[in-house]
Amino acid sequence: MGELINIFIKSAFIENLALSYFLGMCSYLAVSKTVKTAFGLGLAVIFVLGITMPINWLINNFLLSESGVFQTDLTFLRLILFIAVIASMVQLVEMIVEKFSPSLYNSLGIFLPLITVNCAILGGSLFMISKEYNLSESIAFGLGGGFGWFLAIIAIAAIREKLKYSDVPAPLRGLGMAFLLTGLMGLAFMSLMGIDPSAF
Amino acid sequence: MADVQVAEKTSSFGFGKAERKLLTDPLESNNPVTVQVLGICSALAVTTGMKNALVMAVAVIVVTALANLITSLLRNAIPKAVRMIVQLIIIATLVTIVELFLKAFSFDSYKQLSVFIGLIITNCIVMGRLEAFAMANKPWRSFLDGIGNGLGYGLILLLVAFFRELLGKGELFGMKIIGNTGDYMLNTNEISWLGWYSNNNLMVLFPSAMFVIAVIIWVHRAWNKDLVDIS
Repeated sequence: MGELINIFIKSAFIENLALSYFLGMCSYLAVSKTVKTAFGLGLAVIFVLGITMPINWLINNFLLSESGVFQTDLTFLRLILFIAVIASMVQLVEMIVEKFSPSLYNSLGIFLPLITVNCAILGGSLFMISKEYNLSESIAFGLGGGFGWFLAIIAIAAIREKLKYSDVPAPLRGLGMAFLLTGLMGLAFMSLMGIDPSAF
Repeated sequence: MADVQVAEKTSSFGFGKAERKLLTDPLESNNPVTVQVLGICSALAVTTGMKNALVMAVAVIVVTALANLITSLLRNAIPKAVRMIVQLIIIATLVTIVELFLKAFSFDSYKQLSVFIGLIITNCIVMGRLEAFAMANKPWRSFLDGIGNGLGYGLILLLVAFFRELLGKGELFGMKIIGNTGDYMLNTNEISWLGWYSNNNLMVLFPSAMFVIAVIIWVHRAWNKDLVDIS
């Protein structure tokens, strides 16, 4: 159990998908104008990461690996199968959000289908493979990574809401400031690299 | 943010003012990276060198244009509920073709870019243009829109790579330009007033790409006042 908590904390803070690896930047920058929409997108990302991670783990270990059902090395199909799983999960989330919260659905706009091509999701699955996690570890990694991304987008959305009251040079308003802020937050997160949570 | 553009009634294969606009708009006033906020991840990852940026830009132009064309041809046959999966299969197929093509004809750049070529699948420019344009427009116009957006992306990519490679490593396309040892063309130790200069390794790291793009946005919007965020 302690091992799983370590993985959760590590993937949420030390190896933050958004601020240490800069994955999923398109939706991160475009949907962080208000905390409310950022909150909705963050939850959707946690959900999609938490579900796709174990499914992709099962696919990778039982269908694609040499010890799997087909007894042959099918890893060249990994990208296409992973993206198919992710796309169907996102389609599911889209239907749920459209049904239960039309206002959130409208404010997320094109960026809801774009979770599919949110590199954080596919990148997370590929990291999970390269780190050779087992099933429960990969669930912890997925939830932790999603939680870290959620916190990062909430943080930048909160800063951007406060920025409305600041006197930013006109051409830098909005997107320009968001890029600068993300760069600075990334610099801050670089200082966390190398910390070993199991030491505490 | 990208809005759904409605097709005007023009001839199917003409190349008039509207078509030219499709090619030139994404270069400046509707740039995919600095205005539509699409394709940032790869813009950060491949811009440490000009050569990688150039290969990546060409690959994205090809994939965006062909994916737009194919999706537009199929747009009336794709049910709304499964459109994303269909679009992704089209993109994944094209990316695999590009990957195999590079492997066969340009093995060096294939080895350097291998991971990132695969990641064109998750480049939001391709999917974003499919959703916003190709699903609602005729094939020829969609094809031009794909080329235009690929060019706009490539422009920013090369611009960012220029500053990151020159200021970070003192190189351009791998040629040693400026630095403080003898093997650079411009050796700063030999020029008295430039002795303080050394290449800044921070420019090679990810956060600096954010700063470079932020400066590009700043200059761009100072020049084109229509784009200034008034909200």
